[in-house]
Amino acid sequence: MRPVIPYVTAALLFGLGVYGVLRRRNAVLVLMAVELMLNAVNLVLVTADTTVRAQLPHAGQVFALFVIVLAAAEIGVGLAIVLQLYRLRASVAVDEVPLTEPPTVEPTKAGGAAAEATR
Amino acid sequence: MTGADALLLALGTVAVGAGALVVTTRHLVRAGLYLVLCLGALAGVYLVLTAELVAWVQVLIYVGAVVVLLLFAVMLTRAPIGASDDLDRPGWPAALIGGGTGLGLAALLVDAFRWTRVELPEPGTAERLGEQVFRSWVLPFEVLSVLLLAALVGAIVLSRPDIGRPPGARREPGTGGRR
Repeated sequence: MRPVIPYVTAALLFGLGVYGVLRRRNAVLVLMAVELMLNAVNLVLVTADTTVRAQLPHAGQVFALFVIVLAAAEIGVGLAIVLQLYRLRASVAVDEVPLTEPPTVEPTKAGGAAAEATR
Repeated sequence: MTGADALLLALGTVAVGAGALVVTTRHLVRAGLYLVLCLGALAGVYLVLTAELVAWVQVLIYVGAVVVLLLFAVMLTRAPIGASDDLDRPGWPAALIGGGTGLGLAALLVDAFRWTRVELPEPGTAERLGEQVFRSWVLPFEVLSVLLLAALVGAIVLSRPDIGRPPGARREPGTGGRR
């Protein structure tokens, strides 16, 4: 078995994931590209498990399992954030999220009075 | 080139092709289905690399759960039938960085492993992996379970906007309230 084949596959998948994260506007598609990158890392771990004779056997596959669990947690929280964003803005375009928006908390009495005075 | 090499080459080609379609297609739902194809081909690669348990966990969690969750998110946000024109940003910097990363890593790995041949090890069955997980990796396993619980609680708190707001506060910014 030539390990160069799965290694090159993993490198190309990682590059595709980076391209997708930078290119896509839709937040769900960005999450899909992140999944591609995580899978590339998993493939590297599993392939390294066959090529490297470690002291603990199957350490690479155990780490691949851990990464899969981490990806499941990441996708759960990520989709909760995406759905909350859609509920607030009716859009999931990641380049339309204002990063400098003032917080939407209830203004204090003095702050409210100042805002009324400037209006 | 042995049979394992041919299988790895074919499945890897399928995975990379489906991954390219995931990041370039203009149909939102089709991107999820191409992701199924890509992850399934990767599960096949894991099987050839004798990682049986990882392959089945990949099919169960990724193809079964994660892609279904992503398709649910597509349906809950926008589910247009047909192509969408507003999915992409202008993309030559993305192509530059992504292509540079992918081809650079590929060149590095080809340079490191060009003529290497290895014998496939004994298969990573559930028995062997379970022995390793519960003997050598017990602490990371338990920490991971705590992390899953934290992610679960975090997702619930994020998706319920009435948690963490003082009683009597207005419900939505812009609706109701003072004026």
